[in-house]
Amino acid sequence: MSLQRYLARKREFRAYQWKMAKRSKACYLFLAPYGILFITFFVVPVITSLCLSFTYYNILEPPRFIGLQNYINLLLADDVFLIAVKNTFLLALITGPVGYISAFLFAWFINELPRYIRAIAIVMFYAPSLSANMYLMWAYLFSGDAYGLLNAILIELNVIQQPITWLTNPQYMMAVVIIVSLWSSLGAGFLALVAGLQGIDKSMYEAGLIDGIKNRWQELWFITLPNMKSMLMFSAVMSITSAFNVADVPMALTGFPSTDYATHTVVLHLIDYGSIRFEMGYASAVATLLFFTMILCNKLIQKLLRRVGT
Amino acid sequence: MRKKILKRRKPNRSWGGDFGIYTFLGLFAAFMVIPMIYTINSAFKPMDEIFLYPPRFFVRNPTMDNFQDLLVLLGKSWVPFSRYLFNTVFITIAGTAGHIIIASMGAFVLSKYRFPGSMTFFRIVVTALMFNGYVTSIPNYLVIARLGWVDTVWAVVIPAFAAPMGLFLMKQYMDANIPDVLIEAAKVDGAKEWAVFTRIAMPLVKPAWLTLMIFSVQNLWNARGSTFIYSEQLKTLPYALGQIAAAGIARAGVAAAVSVVMMIVPVATFIIVQSNVMETMATSGIKD
Repeated sequence: MSLQRYLARKREFRAYQWKMAKRSKACYLFLAPYGILFITFFVVPVITSLCLSFTYYNILEPPRFIGLQNYINLLLADDVFLIAVKNTFLLALITGPVGYISAFLFAWFINELPRYIRAIAIVMFYAPSLSANMYLMWAYLFSGDAYGLLNAILIELNVIQQPITWLTNPQYMMAVVIIVSLWSSLGAGFLALVAGLQGIDKSMYEAGLIDGIKNRWQELWFITLPNMKSMLMFSAVMSITSAFNVADVPMALTGFPSTDYATHTVVLHLIDYGSIRFEMGYASAVATLLFFTMILCNKLIQKLLRRVGT
Repeated sequence: MRKKILKRRKPNRSWGGDFGIYTFLGLFAAFMVIPMIYTINSAFKPMDEIFLYPPRFFVRNPTMDNFQDLLVLLGKSWVPFSRYLFNTVFITIAGTAGHIIIASMGAFVLSKYRFPGSMTFFRIVVTALMFNGYVTSIPNYLVIARLGWVDTVWAVVIPAFAAPMGLFLMKQYMDANIPDVLIEAAKVDGAKEWAVFTRIAMPLVKPAWLTLMIFSVQNLWNARGSTFIYSEQLKTLPYALGQIAAAGIARAGVAAAVSVVMMIVPVATFIIVQSNVMETMATSGIKD
């Protein structure tokens, strides 16, 4: 009886939706150009990638279904992948939170500046994102011979006697990649934070003052942060994305593949199999794992951010 | 006098804290711009200063040699420099214009109308903010190949139309800045959806489309397109300049000049429309 009622109600709902859909034809027409392109270039590739991850595919022959074999090989037989996972998590755990918190600190402090200095400061902090290839210059600064600027300074100060090979010695490579990744991590999320801070109603602070808020830290926790939760969320999504997708920086600075795979990341592993070895199925399995890890992290962050200001 | 100063300061601020903040920001701002300053200095260094030991950060006798060398090198290449420039300018303008128009149309209905599937679609777009080009690069190539766009500029231009960030920012900005009553009023006056969109919505969200422009220009101006394009006359400016810079240590000065040239356009556009960008980003939050 109740099942019947449930089905009837569902049918009714569907009929209602269909009626609504027919009435909003114009809306679908408006959305169509974007929708079609978005599905073609974002949704279809993700689904294709998911499907390919269960196959052996080398582009020349048609894909052959091999079940979970790719995943089994990845997790049990591929030592380099495990190194890549370890490196990626290390990078993500450092550059993610540190990048996020420093982006907020910079944004918060910049917001305290007078208006004109503020505009200049925003350009200075956002500059690494504006000049997309500027991270290549770190290769000169960290160059391994005595002509490298950092080596030259350290030798001049008598800290070291011989130049350090920053970019080929596994002892230092990871640290260099972390520094440069942090340097380039202030993107759209940072702009959102600065804008979010500017958008908070000034009278809230005056009310807070009357209610007994004593210093800028209390003001931050009880007024500022709760008022910009959605910006914090946007910025967190951006941080997680960039923290898990480190690839260009190590590729340009420490080489590809790097010495002892010291800065090999998951995305680099994907590039290795996808565009050098042409094992598309295997590369797709890497992509799928990365994708789900990122979604999981985002859910986690969402949970954490709900507790801000309480 | 003292009262005036006190009045100008925000409540809950200590002088010591302010001093700390200025020092902190100053130090990190310097760290952020080191590579840029170094590049600009290197671009003006004569050959003997680039290979000086010990290396020097700042230039002593600035020259334009590197920029002249760059022009000579580009003049000697088989395809004229203007062609690379044209390719990149075309990709940037076409991609940005298409992106703004298409993303605003989509964002407009997602923001102002309720229809079956609209919420789901927007949620998928927000998830897509997390995609990195590499993760979908393989199937993307397959799609482009299937469409027959390999070795055409469309392989770079058309996917850029659908960048999720643009639709997301535009929709959030429209949510906050186009009052529903205004659209109701226009409808009562007999305006069709298209007229509401072009006459009322678009002029109201000018800051948002300038912001989309910034992100799109930033993205496309630096697009190498090397995955899809291999014909010499279709190569982009970053691709061609990258080839020159990659020619080895003797081109170190020219490489710096190249970086300076490539940096100018995105930085200049950002400085011009900065206030609009900040206004748009103020609505960019993700609510849960």
